[in-house]
Amino acid sequence: MTILSVLAIILILSGLFFFLAGTIGLLRLPDFYSRLHAAGKCDSLAAVLMIAGMAAYNLESFSVGALLVSAKLFLIAAFVFVTSPTATHAITEAALVLGVKPWKRTRGRQAGGKRS
Amino acid sequence: MRDIHEHTAGEDLIIKTSVRLMVPFIQVFGLYVIVHGHYSPGGGFQGGVILGASFILLALAFGMKTSQEYMTVSANAVLNNLGPAIFIGVGVLCTLFGGLFLDYSALDKLIPLGPVEWRSFGIFLIEVGVGVAVMSIMVLLYWNLSSGGAMDEGL
Repeated sequence: MTILSVLAIILILSGLFFFLAGTIGLLRLPDFYSRLHAAGKCDSLAAVLMIAGMAAYNLESFSVGALLVSAKLFLIAAFVFVTSPTATHAITEAALVLGVKPWKRTRGRQAGGKRS
Repeated sequence: MRDIHEHTAGEDLIIKTSVRLMVPFIQVFGLYVIVHGHYSPGGGFQGGVILGASFILLALAFGMKTSQEYMTVSANAVLNNLGPAIFIGVGVLCTLFGGLFLDYSALDKLIPLGPVEWRSFGIFLIEVGVGVAVMSIMVLLYWNLSSGGAMDEGL
């Protein structure tokens, strides 16, 4: 149990936590924008955390090849960190241009509101 | 790159900046996939699709005119025909030097590298042809489909 595998476990578990939070938000939040807000933010952070955890786990048996694989994993993380928020932004903007209405809290028993 | 005309969906600063950031990396990765096709997963078709997707991304973010500044319609037509020409040309060249169609070891008589090296290198030549053809056909398909065949105003 080296320090790198402890680091890998911590990173992957926190990545799993953010994936779980994003999935719960995707299922429970009321409208399109808030669901996308949950999915976009949590998924990009969780993907980066899990890829960093995999890179740390891969470096446990150290060699030049393992270092190269970890560098490639970090490149993937950097590109995900750029492209995933951009994709979320593009989808949200398309919805806004097409006129999807944001959710508002409704009183009484109207459709759409979860409680009161 | 050109500036924006008016603000519609898909044409804003965030998308443009990240596309401008990503396209060179996508193209280098596409070339890597083509060149490494016989050592690792990938090959001519996959690399060609990645290269074509970089131009499609450019057309989506900056408009079709800008993508046609980087790959002109006439260059696209030349590449459309160059890819199959490389493929067929290498195959026919093998038959001219006494082998079967696409039997690369026959090309050893043209440049003496050894038959085994020629098999590896011949696959690389074929992959380049396939990659060029797939890239230009992908871009042409996107241009035609998104403009209804007019190839002037995209999505």
